[in-house]
Amino acid sequence: MSFQRYDYDVISNWIEPGERILDLGCGDGSLLRYLQDRRQVRGYGVEKSPEGVLACARNGVNVIQIDLEQGLAGFDDGFFDHVIMSLSLQAMRNTQGILKEMLRVGHEAVVSFPNFAYWRHRQAILNGRMPVSKNLPYQWYDTPNVRFFTIADFETLCEQEGIAIRERLAFDEDKVIVEEPNFLASVALYRLGRNDAAGG
Amino acid sequence: MTQEQSVGIVVPQTAHFSTPLPLKSGGALPEYDLVYETYGTLNAARSNAVLVCHALSGSHHVAGVHADTGTVGWWDNLVGPGKPLDTGRFFVIGVNNLGGCYGSSGPNCINLATGKPWGADFPFVTVEDWVDAQARLADQLGIERFAAVVGGSLGGMQALSWTLQYPERVAHALVIASAPKLTAQNIAFNEVARQAILKDPEFHGGHYYEHGVVPTRGLALARMVGHITYLSDDAMGQKFGRTLRHDKPVFSYDVEFEIESYLRYQGDKFAGFFDANTYLLTTKALDYYDPAFDYDGDLVAALGRAKADYLVVSFSTDWRFAPSRSREIVYALMHSDRRVSYAEIDCPAGHDSFLLDDAQYHSVLRAYIDNIKL
Repeated sequence: MSFQRYDYDVISNWIEPGERILDLGCGDGSLLRYLQDRRQVRGYGVEKSPEGVLACARNGVNVIQIDLEQGLAGFDDGFFDHVIMSLSLQAMRNTQGILKEMLRVGHEAVVSFPNFAYWRHRQAILNGRMPVSKNLPYQWYDTPNVRFFTIADFETLCEQEGIAIRERLAFDEDKVIVEEPNFLASVALYRLGRNDAAGG
Repeated sequence: MTQEQSVGIVVPQTAHFSTPLPLKSGGALPEYDLVYETYGTLNAARSNAVLVCHALSGSHHVAGVHADTGTVGWWDNLVGPGKPLDTGRFFVIGVNNLGGCYGSSGPNCINLATGKPWGADFPFVTVEDWVDAQARLADQLGIERFAAVVGGSLGGMQALSWTLQYPERVAHALVIASAPKLTAQNIAFNEVARQAILKDPEFHGGHYYEHGVVPTRGLALARMVGHITYLSDDAMGQKFGRTLRHDKPVFSYDVEFEIESYLRYQGDKFAGFFDANTYLLTTKALDYYDPAFDYDGDLVAALGRAKADYLVVSFSTDWRFAPSRSREIVYALMHSDRRVSYAEIDCPAGHDSFLLDDAQYHSVLRAYIDNIKL
């Protein structure tokens, strides 16, 4: 869990106390719980799975059971300070749509995802096998992930969609990777904004 | 976890109120009775009270068993020792609403001003009036603040209304299979039901008691229409399909398809014990409920005064109170900065799902209720 705490710390540092937070694909609500305890945020999670919703109810965090693939209709523009999607973007089919929705309902978005171009993943491919790692823990036949992309791919998409990258932190386990992140980092975290909005 | 048990034999009580109750329809009820039941024990801090509000045909008999008739409470699977709404921890109250026909003042009671049954002269009562009456019962029982107010369908509207009418007096509201207001289609079903009763020759303008008759045909029809809307297409198909009683068409208007038999049975059974005037009044209360009406339809503004935390639950196959209607409540609460959770339960039974004990449904209720601090 050391990485997960690291992930939480980074996200937590990007958030001001008392903010309104939306966590998409919030799972059992542990990130929200963490932000509630550390940052006293007013947080809501969105989760599709019955198990996740039940775990959130037990965890005492607000959870809204809807399918993110349907977008965020019903959520007002700019209501949230930050909209977070932690390690779930690769499991979404409508990638562009959800990024757009995140920046519609939130002033900023926080996104993290496993980097498919991480050197160990490249090594697996060179050895002729689909990568299985701590951040891509599934076999090809049972993975919930439907989009496989790299740090470089994601940044190209942001540029294309007019999404401003305000900050990026890349990691290998809990080590910050500054040089060659697309090769050396297993996970990347981004703080994103709208290009037309004032920088944050 | 304590093993789930029944609260056992329960005895209804009656509270009398002699201070007039002002009504939303104008005027006031000069005095009235409310019949209610309680389960569990009110703690010393008086902080563990939970009010359960009933829907169209429900009553104060939420849980346990009546010794004389053997009737089990309508939400007995939820309320009891070790059950999701645990009477080992909470003091639970069920109350028959005003205008009801289970012992609280209603059309089938004597109007003291005339010495005859109220009948159609019983004033229109609204969700808000019911909540006001429930609040007076709470006063009488020494309950300043409810740990939770819980209800399904029309009961969910009461739970929501509690948090708007008495924001300081409710910590949590559980709004289940409900809506912030009825749609035109929903009102339409209620109107068909009402017309069936109003057009019954034995209705006598609502004064059938004096004629010694009951508009059972109209009431049964009303119930049949209602029943269709409480079930999902799939559930009805699975339960009855096109099964024929005589295995082949006999070209008659008697019962042939099993669904016909079921509906007639349900209609007749209901007409045997429920009061037609109560049915009329209650469907109107449903139709009128619209907390955003005084706020130009802005539900977020209407919810602005609320202080409670909420759990909203809907069921995937409920088309009478569809999940999208529950989501309207959820989004409005969220945009009012209320704490709210929302579960959409995948259950095949339609609107009636809220009375069942689907595992995910009851687990979510239990998890939420367990986190209520006393």
